Amino acid sequence: MRLFKFENEVRFMSLRIPASILSGVLLLVSLASLAVNQLNWGLDFTGGTVIEVGYQQPAKLPDVRQHLEAEGFGNAVVQHFGSSQDVIIRLAPRDDIKAAQLSEMVLDALKAGNTEVEMRRVEFVGPQVGQELTEQGGLAMLVALICILLYVAMRFEWRFALGSVAALIHDVIITLGLFSVLQLEFDLTVLAAVLAVIGYSLNDTIVVMDRIRENFRKLRKGGPEEVINVSLTQTFNRTMVTSITTVLVLLALFFKGGALIHGFATALLFGVIVGTYSSIYVSSSVALALGISKEDLIPPQVEKEGADQDPMV
Amino acid sequence: MINQYPLWKYIMVILVVAVCALYASPNLYGEDPAVQVSAGRNAEVNTQTLEQVQQTLQQQNIDAKGVALEEQQILVRLNSDDAQLPTREALERALGDDYVVALNLAPATPDWLESLGAGPMKLGLDLRGGVHFLMEVDMSAALGRALENLEEDFRTSLREERLRYRRVELVENGLEVQFRDAETLEQAVSFLEEKNPQLRIVEGDELTIKATLTEQRLKEIREYALKQNITIMRNRVNQLGVAEPVIQRQGADRIVVQLPGIQDTARAKEILNATATLQFRMVDLDHDVRDAVEGRVPPGSQLLMDRNGQPQLLEKRIMLTGDHIVDANSAFDEYGRPQVSIKLDSEGGDKMSRGTKDNIGKPMATVFIEYKPTPEKDDEGKTVFEKHEEVINVATIQARLGRDFRITGLDSPQEAQNLSLLLRAGALVAPIQIVEERTIGPSLGAENINLGMQAIIWGLCLVLAFMVLYYKKFGIVANMALLVNLVMIVGVMSLIPGATLTLPGMAGIVLTVGMAVDANVLIFERIREELRDGRSPQQAIHHGYDSALSTIADANITTLIAAIILFAVGTGPIKGFSVTLAIGILTSMFTAIVGTRAIVNSVWGGKRLEKLSI
Repeated sequence: MRLFKFENEVRFMSLRIPASILSGVLLLVSLASLAVNQLNWGLDFTGGTVIEVGYQQPAKLPDVRQHLEAEGFGNAVVQHFGSSQDVIIRLAPRDDIKAAQLSEMVLDALKAGNTEVEMRRVEFVGPQVGQELTEQGGLAMLVALICILLYVAMRFEWRFALGSVAALIHDVIITLGLFSVLQLEFDLTVLAAVLAVIGYSLNDTIVVMDRIRENFRKLRKGGPEEVINVSLTQTFNRTMVTSITTVLVLLALFFKGGALIHGFATALLFGVIVGTYSSIYVSSSVALALGISKEDLIPPQVEKEGADQDPMV
Repeated sequence: MINQYPLWKYIMVILVVAVCALYASPNLYGEDPAVQVSAGRNAEVNTQTLEQVQQTLQQQNIDAKGVALEEQQILVRLNSDDAQLPTREALERALGDDYVVALNLAPATPDWLESLGAGPMKLGLDLRGGVHFLMEVDMSAALGRALENLEEDFRTSLREERLRYRRVELVENGLEVQFRDAETLEQAVSFLEEKNPQLRIVEGDELTIKATLTEQRLKEIREYALKQNITIMRNRVNQLGVAEPVIQRQGADRIVVQLPGIQDTARAKEILNATATLQFRMVDLDHDVRDAVEGRVPPGSQLLMDRNGQPQLLEKRIMLTGDHIVDANSAFDEYGRPQVSIKLDSEGGDKMSRGTKDNIGKPMATVFIEYKPTPEKDDEGKTVFEKHEEVINVATIQARLGRDFRITGLDSPQEAQNLSLLLRAGALVAPIQIVEERTIGPSLGAENINLGMQAIIWGLCLVLAFMVLYYKKFGIVANMALLVNLVMIVGVMSLIPGATLTLPGMAGIVLTVGMAVDANVLIFERIREELRDGRSPQQAIHHGYDSALSTIADANITTLIAAIILFAVGTGPIKGFSVTLAIGILTSMFTAIVGTRAIVNSVWGGKRLEKLSI
């Protein structure tokens, strides 16, 4: 079985102008949304308290709010979480109550109304910790990008490095944009997911670039655009198969993994799809636009070392 | 002949897989409900204790699955959850306060596996329930205390050297001393510089000098404060009776405390958060307390209230602080009066001996100091702590004191007990504040495991089915690699001591399942290409594996770089995720390249093939 049977190479690059426009629009929308709506930062970043409780019967949110208000927690955000029996309560950081005592006060308030309430999860994060995390998360992403840039530049060529990093930034911004547009909560697990998107997208991009490099050396004729088209055609099936298997498990995670992991699965699902697209269009278009040519990749004979010997494995 | 592995390569593959499978296997055995006995501050767990435990179990007719003494701990394995509570109660009664008896879940790994160092994966709190605290040590208070000590030190040593000064006072980050004449100043500078190499002394206007702590010394103070607080946290956590607590330093001024299985967070917080310290100071007998109450407090003294609201005039000089106390016990003296016997470390013993030498027959006060958080915040948004001082006891010094001494003159045995408890709990060098708290209920933890497992199984089945449909027999080979890969991840995770499985970690495994087939997809697509180009099946396999190799290496190394950076920079869930991701990349490279090749070679290699099922 084969997903796609191509007799000749597909002229992927002929669509690179519309693709650039599409990417540009998506990037603009994402950036605009990030600037206007910003991200719906989760507790990990803002600080505050999240309390998840389980009721024996379906919980009535107005009642819960009333009990909380009676205890002076009028500003609490009360929502169902996962099922009608589970309720999540969010409280902004407060100065007047010692944060460490807050969770007990809220639980007492809830127990006053309904004795059959079970504490499932309490998370409290101080505002400074949240701020540090934001900085650290951003730093992690930046360092990762720089290291990848260096590695690819070393192993391949600087135009490829810029192309792959452009694809990564493209994917990250659009994934963040989705979270901003839909106002999905952005917590630490989502950050981990965004970082995983970097990993995935990179994997995809490298595979394509590796083939482009190989073809530049192998094919005697054809301009850069044609070589890229041939390479994309050759790798297209593998790109799709890997995307499909990854999306399959992510769907399993999305539907079966539980509410706590929802944001993670959403970010990855979307990121993998965007990453697949970007490995085809963004990275190669950027390398092409930067003027990648046969001469850039032909020389160092060192690369060929051992190619004519028996393989190790 | 191509596509044949030498025998040693097959053996290597089988060996690696077998070792991983072996170390993964403890995860299948589950856990026994257990009760764990560990030593308190004054006790030791030894074979004697073991006998005592066994006797107690026999007396109470408790049927234990096993009782073992390992690493200073006794683990009593039980047959059911119901037996846990009665066993703990029985053991607590039999062993007394010196031992910590805690409920635990012990991995039911068979002995022969355990002797190989195998054990199940450690589960993070989000998967097994419990409390996680991140605490911050108030370093400004630690520095403040160091400066206060230094101020006292200046006063005494200058007086002893007969270098007359006008005043010594605390200024920002240092001390300022004013002298009467330039000559004394010169002498004092050289004297102080020699005595305190860790100080930077600069001369100022009007016959003053300013002494500030050097960077080196500041760092030492911070390090000391953090280490001391970690030790004290450990003692306090011990009081809670938690099995396998985690107390770790994080960064420059934070401490992570994880208490698995703890539900009573209120009590945990109360005990961990109590920020108290003790000081021993002489009562000022030279001045009248009544004068002081009216506002005329002599400069070297301080007016404090005792527990009954009575004013006490104490010397400012601190003879000894609570951090030197190694142990404290309440008891009765020969006349049946309550007393507290105290044991000091050697430095504390020296200080005490010097301090009490000339003060026999005079009263000495024990001051209890507590830092309470206030609603106010400083400029950096940190909580401001308020210092509460109280005299808890005034006792007469009977003799020159050394490392062991007693405090008498206590009102009741109850008071003696409280005092000894406070002394024993240790003094925090600097106040701490909980900056992060996460509590996961046990049912939620179990649910998280359950959902995570479901997601893994569903994802795995979908991928397995897809691969067989798409690559037929080679798909089966890839699927075998995928399953082995999962076993290997679990094996490596169980083997690495620091690796902990968390919810994001499980997500990392799920992601690996999706991405692990990638290497095989690359290889198989290459083989198909080679076949289309008209090569023979054997040639196609050979070249397919060959040419895919560098692609796989490049793609995985870059992802690995990302995973390593995440591990280095990230915290909490990001770390958990990056560990599984990195392990997954490595194992999937091994299984996809070497593992599948071994299978492919043994099945198809060395034969004449007309067609490949790919």
